[in-house]
Amino acid sequence: MKTTYREAVREAIREAMNRDARVFLMGEDVGHYGGCYAVSRGLLEEFGEDRIRDAPLSEAGFVGAGIGAALGGMRPIVEVMTVNFSFLALDQIVNNAATLLHMSGGALNVPLVIRMATGGGRQVAAQHSRSLEGWYAHIPGLKILTPATLEDARGTLWTALEDPDPVLIFEHVLLYNLEGELPDDAGPVPIDRAAIRRDGTDVSLITYGGSLPKALAAAERLAEEGVSAEVLDLRTLRPLDTEAILETVEKTHRAVIVDEGWRSGSLSAEISARITEGAFYELDAPVARVCGAEVPTPYPKHLEAAALPQVEGILEAARSVLPAGRGARG
Amino acid sequence: MTFPPSPPLPEREHGLELLRSMILVRRFEEKCAELYGKEKIRGFLHLYIGEEAVAAGSVPILGPEDSLVATYREHGHALVRGVPPGRVMAEMYGKMEGCARGRGGSMHIFDAEARVFGGNAIVAGGLPVAVGLALAARMLGENRVTACYFGEGAAAEGAFHESMNLAALWDLPVLFCCENNLYAMGTALAISQSETDLALRAAGYRIPAWAVDGMDVLAVEDAMRRAVEAVRGGGGPHFLEFRTYRFRAHSMFDPELYRTKEEVARWKERDPIALFVERLRAADLIEEARAKEIEAEVVAEVEEAVRFAEAGSWEPVEELSRFVYSERPAAAAEGR
Ligand SMILES: Cc1ncc(C[n+]2csc(CCOP(=O)(O)OP(=O)(O)O)c2C)c(N)n1
Repeated sequence: MKTTYREAVREAIREAMNRDARVFLMGEDVGHYGGCYAVSRGLLEEFGEDRIRDAPLSEAGFVGAGIGAALGGMRPIVEVMTVNFSFLALDQIVNNAATLLHMSGGALNVPLVIRMATGGGRQVAAQHSRSLEGWYAHIPGLKILTPATLEDARGTLWTALEDPDPVLIFEHVLLYNLEGELPDDAGPVPIDRAAIRRDGTDVSLITYGGSLPKALAAAERLAEEGVSAEVLDLRTLRPLDTEAILETVEKTHRAVIVDEGWRSGSLSAEISARITEGAFYELDAPVARVCGAEVPTPYPKHLEAAALPQVEGILEAARSVLPAGRGARG
Repeated sequence: MTFPPSPPLPEREHGLELLRSMILVRRFEEKCAELYGKEKIRGFLHLYIGEEAVAAGSVPILGPEDSLVATYREHGHALVRGVPPGRVMAEMYGKMEGCARGRGGSMHIFDAEARVFGGNAIVAGGLPVAVGLALAARMLGENRVTACYFGEGAAAEGAFHESMNLAALWDLPVLFCCENNLYAMGTALAISQSETDLALRAAGYRIPAWAVDGMDVLAVEDAMRRAVEAVRGGGGPHFLEFRTYRFRAHSMFDPELYRTKEEVARWKERDPIALFVERLRAADLIEEARAKEIEAEVVAEVEEAVRFAEAGSWEPVEELSRFVYSERPAAAAEGR
């Protein structure tokens, strides 16, 4: 079945709503507007205002209400348009959702799913271009998913809803138009395992979300140069699949981490540290990182492109860890 | 809602000035829509078309010493405030000659000299900032008014309530200017706020508030004049709700599924520019020739802005990491 990432997410929501009467979608403009990224278009007509619930501009309010509804026995999918606006709900997410289970000595779990768009690349300037899923991955108590393929867009939501704890799903804005084939019987996928998207032997490109297509494109180019790059899609940023990270490094002995987030104190720093801790003697070259430039994302196309990881930058980083002579230079 | 009768027409030249500024905003934005189609302007673009009377009638009441805070739908406020159209347009292009060197684009028009403090794209993000600007003025003994523009959607945010409370509690010289166009993206006021009378809500914070016909530039001007005088005179925070309507989609990505064409058409009958021209005509304050002249002047001004933007330059990539931290010594940053 030919589909898009956007439709795959919509199908996942529709399936969840049909499967479990406790599931409802709540967020800004999910109903009458049809969803800021058109993900929920048509669902209001299908399920009605009670279950496709337009919330006012009040992120702290409706995210907190999602927590309460989850405590009260519902299975809310809360949509916060973008990660940029989730900051208004940060207190509820970090101080409540992430801590209630622990603070209550295991008595109160929060089966809540929060979806939001993330990432830059659409020339919408600093306040609309954050990639802060890595930030959220810092918080114990949250699970952080970053579906990068149609299968994952379709399959992670149900698994997330079955999870007893708060799960945040980050959908990169550049992925919504991604097109491809999806089997008719595409079903739930695990949310605690990284996935190898391309096998390789010379270098590992470790990435997730919106950077996956760029890493795959870079791997394609490297193949033309005679370099076999493995591409590891993390899929879940917390908990990180350390085993998969170490396995790929043990196989290729060279690692390039691609993360749209800022380098300092980032997810890429964490991955690099885990490689150092777990596979230091397997490394034939220092770990390389391709990250977002440490600036608020600028509006003009050329500056925005320079601020975000690009295929060229990934190629350069890969070449820098390959032995001299492997891979054409320049 | 019925409003008090519209104020009498002003003197001819002033009336024409109001008309000119509404037409400038309209033509500028129509040009922006066209340029968006040509991919000269990118990203999110939120047009103000239909709401021109609010900026045109209210912004000029502020003095040069006053401060203005606005949202991502701020081109009109910037233009009426006197930010040169060429600089606004260059910003839309992302060119270095833009008022933010092109780094902000359409949603982030700033002008330190004109005391335009945003261009904030986070809904209600500007309200606490406006409270702070007013606080600074109070503490420094400066008699400045801070006017803060925002949509009715912002009134549901926590930041709105916190700001209203602080402003009233500390008796600050801030004027909240709510541009109620009835929709926050696709969410109608009626389905998103329990009390849709926003002036009434302001009253809950003991802030004097009025609802104003935002399609009537003279009513806007009159209300703004009274409110600014009251704030400047030490009356503490005030609140104006301008009832208006946007004729276009929320942004260039909006399929407008949430309202009917008939509703939009009904509001267009109250087009603030057409209404005002009609009144000027009826009072013999404008002749066909003069109307054409104004139109031509404005069109030329917009064309000139486009030429300026086209001729502008792209910031070198080497400068990407500038302005993350200040390049000037702390002392120079004072005196804002
Ligand atoms: C905190 C936050 N949440 C959501 C958004 C997305 N968004 C941008 S504009 C908008 C509607 C705001 O409506 P309103 O305040 O009435 O202003 P208008 O656009 O009508 O001028 C929304 C929901 C945002 N920019 N910031």
